[in-house]
Amino acid sequence: MSTPRLKIDNLFCERDERVLFEGLCFEVNAGEVIQIEGQNGSGKTTLLRILSGLSRHFEGDIYWQGEHLDNCAQAYRESLLYFGHQPGVKAVLTPRENLQWYASLHPEMDLTKLDYALVKVGLKGYEDVPCHTLSAGQNRRVSLARLYLSRAPLWILDEPFTAIDKRGVAEKEALITTHAQEGGTVILTTHHELAMGDKIRRLNLDQLAGTL
Amino acid sequence: MADKKWMPRWFYQLASPRWCYEITGKLLPLFVIAAILLLVTGTVWALAFAPADYQQGNSFRIIYIHVPSSILAQSCYMLMAVAGAIGLIWKMKVADMVAKCCAPIGASIAVLSLATGAIWGKPTWGSWWVWDARLTSMLILFFLYLGIIALNSAIESERTAAQSTAVLALVGLVNIPIIKYSVDWWNTLHQPATFKLTERPAMPAEMWVPLLVMVIGFYCFFAVAMMLRLRNEIIQRERRSSWVRDLIAG
Amino acid sequence: MNDSVPNQSTEESMVHVYKVDGPFWGALKRDLLLSYRRKSDLVNPLIFFLMVATLFPLGVSPDPTFLADVAPGVVWVAALLATLLSMDSMFRSDFEDGTLEQILLSPQPLYLVVLAKVLAHWMLTGLPLTLLAPVLGVMLFLPAEGMGGLVLSLLLGTPTLSLIGAIGAALTVGLRKGGVLISLLVLPLYIPVLIFGSAAVQGAVTGLPLGGYLAILGAMLSLGLVMAPLAIGAALRISVSG
Repeated sequence: MSTPRLKIDNLFCERDERVLFEGLCFEVNAGEVIQIEGQNGSGKTTLLRILSGLSRHFEGDIYWQGEHLDNCAQAYRESLLYFGHQPGVKAVLTPRENLQWYASLHPEMDLTKLDYALVKVGLKGYEDVPCHTLSAGQNRRVSLARLYLSRAPLWILDEPFTAIDKRGVAEKEALITTHAQEGGTVILTTHHELAMGDKIRRLNLDQLAGTL
Repeated sequence: MADKKWMPRWFYQLASPRWCYEITGKLLPLFVIAAILLLVTGTVWALAFAPADYQQGNSFRIIYIHVPSSILAQSCYMLMAVAGAIGLIWKMKVADMVAKCCAPIGASIAVLSLATGAIWGKPTWGSWWVWDARLTSMLILFFLYLGIIALNSAIESERTAAQSTAVLALVGLVNIPIIKYSVDWWNTLHQPATFKLTERPAMPAEMWVPLLVMVIGFYCFFAVAMMLRLRNEIIQRERRSSWVRDLIAG
Repeated sequence: MNDSVPNQSTEESMVHVYKVDGPFWGALKRDLLLSYRRKSDLVNPLIFFLMVATLFPLGVSPDPTFLADVAPGVVWVAALLATLLSMDSMFRSDFEDGTLEQILLSPQPLYLVVLAKVLAHWMLTGLPLTLLAPVLGVMLFLPAEGMGGLVLSLLLGTPTLSLIGAIGAALTVGLRKGGVLISLLVLPLYIPVLIFGSAAVQGAVTGLPLGGYLAILGAMLSLGLVMAPLAIGAALRISVSG
């Protein structure tokens, strides 16, 4: 068997004296979409922050393409697109400026598609308006436009569909499916019932021993 | 982790809070006895038998507390920074705890050094406080300790607090020589050297031997205070582990 | 440009050609742009600087000879406090809107991004303070010979203040109340810069050669440039992780 793209080995994390997960092991392969499930406070966001490398308050090991994350942090960050709780959009900058700045941090991003991406997320006509004049949903769309520009194989998306309307959700779902079909990997949390249903693998944090 | 294999065995053991708790339990009585013996001997020797200073008479005897506390306050900062660095790099819990225990002890000792300096200043200079280079440096060191304690208590998560204070302690460690140098230089600029606290022409042996005894006694006392705090900290943080539960039950 | 490249913009006016900035320029441009659009934040430290310096004649004495004596120290202390005041906001808004997370997850060297942010901070506080300082010098009767020393010492000293202050800002960014705490952490570390900065001004007033003071301030700045971004980066990762 080939090495899994992402391997989580014996992950342990506690917060405020409460064990969120213990002995958590799972593997994610190319072409897979994994949905992390669980009640509020079950540690979904924490798990995604750990997987992204932001949070280091855990014990256990994470391997990226067979290599320990501690030893390939640079390569891992190049391969990762992370969409967090806060959209990461500067209120006084325009959508265009926000994405341009983002591209300076991620040189692998394809900026030639910037206008196309803004059209796709429904922000045509808002390209040069400061983001603080946009709604919360529109701000999240600015950040979601990165999905169209990114060439990173691994997407970690924390509640990407919050404040997004139905049509938007369907489009993003299609995008995620395409990404997986092209060999990408997606790990996400969401409260939406996803139409892609059976193509998704689910990991439920409430049933703790959750070894897949 | 994979790249830890070259580390000697004791390093792993030290990393175990339980092992640390047990070994400090054995060492503690030895250090208590040593500290009492050395401090009592040193104090009696210094107060009763060491000769009086030809310039300052008996008031100089306060150096037997002032000098050891000044030295110890600086060493304690160094220990705190080194322990913090070990905690940062190797994620060693015990090192984090040592660093955390250092700050309040170090700050109290810095206060002792400042207070004895002030008491000494009254008969020597005629005022409680003089902006002497050494006293000023000690005051700044005390400020550094206060900053560390403030940061540590402001952060709720233990791990984050330990890591943040370790970074701050390391930044402070790089700065201490620069601060010392600038304060010395500033002092010579503003107060042409009249009288220096400890740089006296070759102290006779009757004077410095008790001083040495006191310095070693202070270090032993520090070890005792450190171990007591550390053991408390270990028990508190490991309270949910089985060995601590057994310890409390038994 | 040459003719073989088809010029798209004539056919489709909507297509933009985007230049991708490096991490350093990207961060620098962004921070400068941010403060250009929020101009009020820009002048606050300057007003504070002016007000603190006004307190001394009012609180102690307006006597010109006394003021001339204390002017180097007062201007330096005021500059130091004004820098400190502006420090807390350095990473806070980035932390709150999630852009700091994105910076930390970037494959680009964090060192460069942090350095660019500190440079932007200095260009927006330290540099204006330095340019305003002669005005305060005049108000405090600083002899004309001291002006050059004042500007030069601030020019070399204030970047160091920004670098050290950013360490404190990075350590406290995850805390709701960072304001007073940051002063406790950073002020003791500012002392060497204050000592040599104000001594340089005093030296200039009495006609001593300035080279030595400026060399030491320059040495501190170099050390800060090499070491501080590392500490800032480590502190940011710790703060965001917590």
